[in-house]
Amino acid sequence: MTRPAGPPDNNEGQAPRTPVWDLRLYVAGQTAKSLQAFANLKRICEEHLAGEYRIEVIDLLKNPQLATGDQILALPTLVRRLPEPVRKIIGDLSNTERVLVGLDLRARTEKRVP
Amino acid sequence: MRSPKLKTAKIESLLSALPKCPTGIKGLDEITLGGLPRGRPTLVCGGAGCGKTLLGMEFLVRGASEFDEPGVCLSFEETGDELASNVASLGFDVATLLARKKLAIDHIYLERSLIEEAGEYDLEALFVRLGHAVDSIGAKRVLLDSIEALFAGLENESILRSELRRLFRWLKDRNLTAVVTGERGEGALTRYGLEEYISDCVILLDHRVSDGVLTRRLRIVKYRGSTHGTNEYPFLIEHDGISVLPVTSMDLRHATSDERVSTGVPALDAMLGGKGYFQGSSILVSGTAGTGKTSLAAECVEAACARGEKCIFFSFEESPNQIIRNMRSIGLDLERYVDKGLLHFQAARPTTFGLEMHLVKIYRIIKEINPSIVVVDPVTGLLHSGTASETRIMLLRLIDFLKEKQITAFMTTLTSGADAQEQTEVDISSLVDTWLLLRDIESGGERNRGLYVLKARGIAHSNQIRELLLTDHGAELRDVYLGEAGLLTGSARVTQEAKDESAALWARQEIERKQFLLARKRKAIDAQIAALQVELETEAQESRQLIAQEELKLKKWEQDRSEMAKSRSVKKGLQEGVGRSAKTRGGRK
Repeated sequence: MTRPAGPPDNNEGQAPRTPVWDLRLYVAGQTAKSLQAFANLKRICEEHLAGEYRIEVIDLLKNPQLATGDQILALPTLVRRLPEPVRKIIGDLSNTERVLVGLDLRARTEKRVP
Repeated sequence: MRSPKLKTAKIESLLSALPKCPTGIKGLDEITLGGLPRGRPTLVCGGAGCGKTLLGMEFLVRGASEFDEPGVCLSFEETGDELASNVASLGFDVATLLARKKLAIDHIYLERSLIEEAGEYDLEALFVRLGHAVDSIGAKRVLLDSIEALFAGLENESILRSELRRLFRWLKDRNLTAVVTGERGEGALTRYGLEEYISDCVILLDHRVSDGVLTRRLRIVKYRGSTHGTNEYPFLIEHDGISVLPVTSMDLRHATSDERVSTGVPALDAMLGGKGYFQGSSILVSGTAGTGKTSLAAECVEAACARGEKCIFFSFEESPNQIIRNMRSIGLDLERYVDKGLLHFQAARPTTFGLEMHLVKIYRIIKEINPSIVVVDPVTGLLHSGTASETRIMLLRLIDFLKEKQITAFMTTLTSGADAQEQTEVDISSLVDTWLLLRDIESGGERNRGLYVLKARGIAHSNQIRELLLTDHGAELRDVYLGEAGLLTGSARVTQEAKDESAALWARQEIERKQFLLARKRKAIDAQIAALQVELETEAQESRQLIAQEELKLKKWEQDRSEMAKSRSVKKGLQEGVGRSAKTRGGRK
């Protein structure tokens, strides 16, 4: 499992070319949920957005003031900063379907199917 | 040896078990006996627009500015700027407090449609943000306004509920005194059952519109581990914050004055023990329409102004100019006192504001001017601004306030003709010290004004009914006519008095006549007596003559007899011999 080790604002993007998907993952320390979320995100991105994304991990325990800017309340929260509009997905991202919907990679109507 | 020590320690711990955090909100600390429970969350719930946020903000602002306890506001509904401008109207300078790091506002914005929930999460960021804000200014107080927005913003209620439980635990652990606002729900205190988590202190705010007038109320639903006022207390949102009116928690400890002030009507002073009202007492004048209530008030005001005292005249029926003009007709020039700045008129239609606003305005002006007498004409006018019981509470509050400040309260109240005279419509009679009753006395095709002192606490007052005359040189009192024909006033009294006068005259003449007749009779009888005496005299004379004659006769007869006897006794011996011989003669026989 890839660990979101190292500096929290580590650039996890693979290629140097300008990423179309600018994603931010807010966590508070290395909890089970945050590790899970990062792993899930990484997997989904690799599957759907290979080479087009950049993930920034922000640890609120280290930079609590950053929570205000993106109106973070729940953790973990994934913020899609680009492409616009900004979208937020909260949770450990284990529900892949909903992550895809949240990232606008799936049509929103599917969400309501039980 | 150890047990008493333990006992005191226990008592001390009990006493200190519930340290309180003063809110600084007028009246609220009185009701809660010191404030909100320190280090615990307090739930403030109520419907939309009832003043929850305001109460919370005042708690923070007063904490920061008066008690040196910085506060954090987590606002879920309004942004910091919105909050600041909302409370700026109440005189709270939020911007300065923010700049001085006495206050921190964090606006938390949640939009459900923009959030996708994918898997497990918690609200750690909320804790992070709150913790960060608290740490950055060393906050002691927290406002969560209103945390229920989370229920609308997040789907997973079970996570939310467990996180809320954790949040309140977290607040307690950090010894933060928190105010949590919640929207009133149907059949429950809050829509999402926040009372489940916050059980230390619950305050319910309410605002009701009755008869088109809004009244705000506050009630402490519970306060664990502390006694508290249990009633519904009306509260006001004033220019300087919330003011709860804890009527029943007010203690009666006003200083009292022995000073007496003139009523402005000498005859009325005389009825009130010769000196008038007590300074700082409350006077009620009740009466039907047109009995001269306002005139009596104006007399009182005029007298006070003449002494150089300040007066405020709250008029709910007439405009100041109208009162001045009308009072001029009874010889009272109030205008010059207005010009001198001694008399202040404050006229407003009762329906212009709700009761609370009236009270607020009255308070504000009284504080500003600091008068020695306040006239409320009429208090019944305020009935249009609220229900009778609310008006009563408001007047009670006003009377108490005035007494506290040693201001004489002069109130008039209109009783409708159909009502019992000795009952005021707002039923404040038991609150007042002096009660003058004015009533119409209808007789002889006239209505006249009768005045009597129904009660005057601490004053030896007259029990007489007087007729109140409004003359062109002021109000006057006259003794009413009390005679065989009953109580008479007005021209009936005048007529009766004239009648009495003529009756007296007639009586006087009658007496004279009787005396004259008597004298004549006496004279006649005297003459008769004289005649009779003459007659008697004559008769006596005759009788005396007769008696004299008879006596003379008798005397002569006596004389004759004695002479005869004398002559007999000369011949006695002979006579005896004769006798004896006769006897012998007889014996011989």
